[in-house]
Amino acid sequence: MPRPLDVEGANGEGHVSSGNGAGRLSSLTLVPRADQQLNTKDFKSDQEVRWCPGCGDYAILAAFQSFLPELDVPRENLVIISGIGCSSRLPYYVNSYGLHSIHGRAPAIATGLATSRQDLSLWVITGDGDALSIGGNHLIHALRRNVNIKILLFNNRIYGLTKGQYSPTSEQGKVTKSTPFGSLDTPFNPLSLALGAEASFVARTIDSDRKHLTSVLRAAADHRGTAFVEIYQNCPIFNDDAFAPVTEPGARDEHVIRLEHGQPVKFGPSGERGLRFSPVGSLEVVPVPADGSQDSSLLVHNAHAADPSYAFALSRLDSVDMAHTPIGIFRDVERQTYDDAMSSQIDAARAKRGDGDLAALLAGGDTWRVG
Amino acid sequence: MTKQVQQLDQVIIRFAGDSGDGMQLAGDRFTQETASFGNDLSTLPNFPAEIRAPAGTLPGVSSFQLHFADHDILTPGDAPDVLVAMNPAALKANLDDLPRGADIIANTDEFTRRNLAKVGYDANPLEDGSLDGYQLHAIPITSVTVKALEGYDISKKDAERAKNMFSLGMLCWLYNRPADGTLRFLESKFASKPEIMKANITAFQAGWNYGETTEEFSVQYEIKPATLPPGQYRNITGNTALANGLVTAAKLAGLQMFLGSYPITPASDILHELSKYKRFGIRTFQAEDEISGVGAALGAAFGGALGVTSTSGPGMCLKAETIGLASAVELPLIVCDIQRAGPSTGMPTKTEQADLLMALYGRNGESPLVVIAPATPGDCFTTALEATRIAVKYRTPVIILSDGYLANGSEPWRIPDLAELPDLRAEFSFATANQTPGGGTESEPFMPYRRDPLTLARPWAIPGTPGLEHRIGGIEKADGIGTISYDPDNHDKMVRLRQAKIDGIAADIPPLEVDDPDGDARVLVLGWGSTFGSIGAAVRRVRLAGGSVAQAHLRHLSPFPANLGDVLKQYDKVLVPEINTGQLALVLRGRYLIDVISYNRVRGLPFRAAELCGVIQDVIFNA
Repeated sequence: MPRPLDVEGANGEGHVSSGNGAGRLSSLTLVPRADQQLNTKDFKSDQEVRWCPGCGDYAILAAFQSFLPELDVPRENLVIISGIGCSSRLPYYVNSYGLHSIHGRAPAIATGLATSRQDLSLWVITGDGDALSIGGNHLIHALRRNVNIKILLFNNRIYGLTKGQYSPTSEQGKVTKSTPFGSLDTPFNPLSLALGAEASFVARTIDSDRKHLTSVLRAAADHRGTAFVEIYQNCPIFNDDAFAPVTEPGARDEHVIRLEHGQPVKFGPSGERGLRFSPVGSLEVVPVPADGSQDSSLLVHNAHAADPSYAFALSRLDSVDMAHTPIGIFRDVERQTYDDAMSSQIDAARAKRGDGDLAALLAGGDTWRVG
Repeated sequence: MTKQVQQLDQVIIRFAGDSGDGMQLAGDRFTQETASFGNDLSTLPNFPAEIRAPAGTLPGVSSFQLHFADHDILTPGDAPDVLVAMNPAALKANLDDLPRGADIIANTDEFTRRNLAKVGYDANPLEDGSLDGYQLHAIPITSVTVKALEGYDISKKDAERAKNMFSLGMLCWLYNRPADGTLRFLESKFASKPEIMKANITAFQAGWNYGETTEEFSVQYEIKPATLPPGQYRNITGNTALANGLVTAAKLAGLQMFLGSYPITPASDILHELSKYKRFGIRTFQAEDEISGVGAALGAAFGGALGVTSTSGPGMCLKAETIGLASAVELPLIVCDIQRAGPSTGMPTKTEQADLLMALYGRNGESPLVVIAPATPGDCFTTALEATRIAVKYRTPVIILSDGYLANGSEPWRIPDLAELPDLRAEFSFATANQTPGGGTESEPFMPYRRDPLTLARPWAIPGTPGLEHRIGGIEKADGIGTISYDPDNHDKMVRLRQAKIDGIAADIPPLEVDDPDGDARVLVLGWGSTFGSIGAAVRRVRLAGGSVAQAHLRHLSPFPANLGDVLKQYDKVLVPEINTGQLALVLRGRYLIDVISYNRVRGLPFRAAELCGVIQDVIFNA
């Protein structure tokens, strides 16, 4: 039977870097190890990949498949659950257990599986429409419960599978087939939403930056609880170059803020800009002293801060024009997972009064005998 | 004073009062004492959806009816012999159901001018002669209770609240009920408030003594225990029986059980009950909504657990898409629909049988599944076992159609001996690699949709099983290999295979039994679900009056028992009473081309036996 995690190795800021066993990633402490060295090829299924040419999903799938051997989990203990949308086809392409479910419900289905099977490494693949429109309710509640699942949200800011309507992350005024006069609604900021929903792990990465993407997947797997990862993903057909400011070689150094825990936040082509708190509590961009002197008001990134206010302020730097877009781990804090807590309750009840006695249960309280 | 003791063979009493008067509790305690005394019984709690409707108003009236007897009975009874009316609203709301000559015990303290006006009484009915046709017992229950509790250090409000225990004590004396259980109950309920506990016990005893010593009641009644089949018995409600049945079924199947549920009347008690059973390893998940409840249950089923979700009509609507997914991915799933009056919110605390067509057909596409319905509160236990057996053996969703009447009603239930229950582990096994059919070797890829030739069930291949890694989903799958397929002929084949699998279950369920003692009946009364008791009681009356009628009751609604068509053809007339507007009748007509006679009432209450008796006699007369 799965047992709750014995918390080890707290580093003093409410964060567990790894669980039992040397080098075991935190989300996998109850998952068996692979009995042989697996490689990328082992995680490719025999199905032909059928996304549009140039779709960002290819890059994400390739990075994911080449990362999976690092988990050191047998294929049979890996489960990928998705909803509906282009991204949600991903499970068919990975040689593991997979469930391509219904629109928006993957976090709910994964919650049932995760709480009844703690010996699995469980990944949810979703998109901006799937997770933030039709499945918004399940997403926020999975985050608040902190179920031990990894949610990868492929955000292309458009509806692809239904051929190009605006999505809940599309910029206001977006002209699409369903909004010929421009969309009216204010978009969601996925990271702000996740942080508001009490997420314990929140990160952002980009489809085209394989190295960064892989490092974020690794950090997500090393988080026990719900890990929420937004992946900027280009849709070449219906929303091409939506993320050009953070992906184009000339532009990205201007706009991308790479977050690294414990490091001063510096960005710009030669690291000439930094961040500091403004008097109203938001973050503002300031120049880094050119002479290399220390400026104590400049921000040093702390992903393990217990209070989410700082991470929220970071998430608000992102704007439609992507002038300042942080990527990396915004927040990574330890909090008991829902599945561990449920197991603990069951273990405690059994420890206190023993296993349930079915005959006594059926007899209930008052009984009488006839004959 | 020695009072006359009169023997009765059956009594129907109804406690009625304001929602806050504790009538459900008084009724429940009386039921427990009656059960342990050994009478057969049947109960009908009837309460408003509002937790505390405005005090003293008609919408705020809550009642609890109990029918008990020295012989086996089938219904909570049509017309009460005794009404306890704690206020004018309770009298007014229930008087129409009372036959002339019935006893009315009225709490005079509440018959104030203001309370009378609230429900439209111009004059006090206790005094204006309008109740002359009844045996009226006008008793100042509140003030007598408060007086009896004068010595206790409790508030006046708490003293007044004990009036339900006074009433209960009085009724317990009147019908010679044992008191031990209630005293034990009060001791445990108020263990942390000793003064309140003592006061309630005193109120109960004061009520008892009031009956015995005053001249209000000249006769005490005795109802001898019923002769039930031998065994150990308890009183049980449908929801408790269903919850216990699910725990038992999971144990018999050797499966972990996972319940995903969202609170909804009248199904919430299943969630409450199962969430207590941590020691049995039961995992209960109060989801963020109905969709998540069933989704999580399906996720758990994918992982090899017995996935269960519980709800009522509005929740069924929301779960439909996920139930369709369960039908497509062919995994076991138990869906408990505790039906209530609809449409929409309808009348949440009132009963109805109007979700049948939704259960059978209420999903997109052709998505056949199994539907079964319990007949009595205790039968909910057996139904849970049967639902589990079919779900795990055939890898299919099974909908259990209970309803508000079964859920909250209760009856004596013979506690089964564990050794006599079926071994559900024999009904299924998880798939393993290298098995036939299914493959899962290097040379032969695993085929998640290669079916067992006998049951047509696909393998239940759960994560953690090496060699059986596979991907499935709501998209149509190629027969056998289970990969995505848009092939037209494959789809046609898969639609038919899914239907054939469900149809084939007909060979694995008991045939429909017909009760036709004369053997020459020309009329068959066919029911399903919770109308079993009312129909049975009505059929008895018809037969007592010399009429000849056959009765049959359907537990399996999808698929139907294999012999149903033959049974229907044997009778000149088939009468189908339902608490909807003719849903089973519609299916029978379409399926068997039989012009069944539909009888329908949708009042949020069970049928009255007298009413059905008349309907059956009319059909016989015209046959």
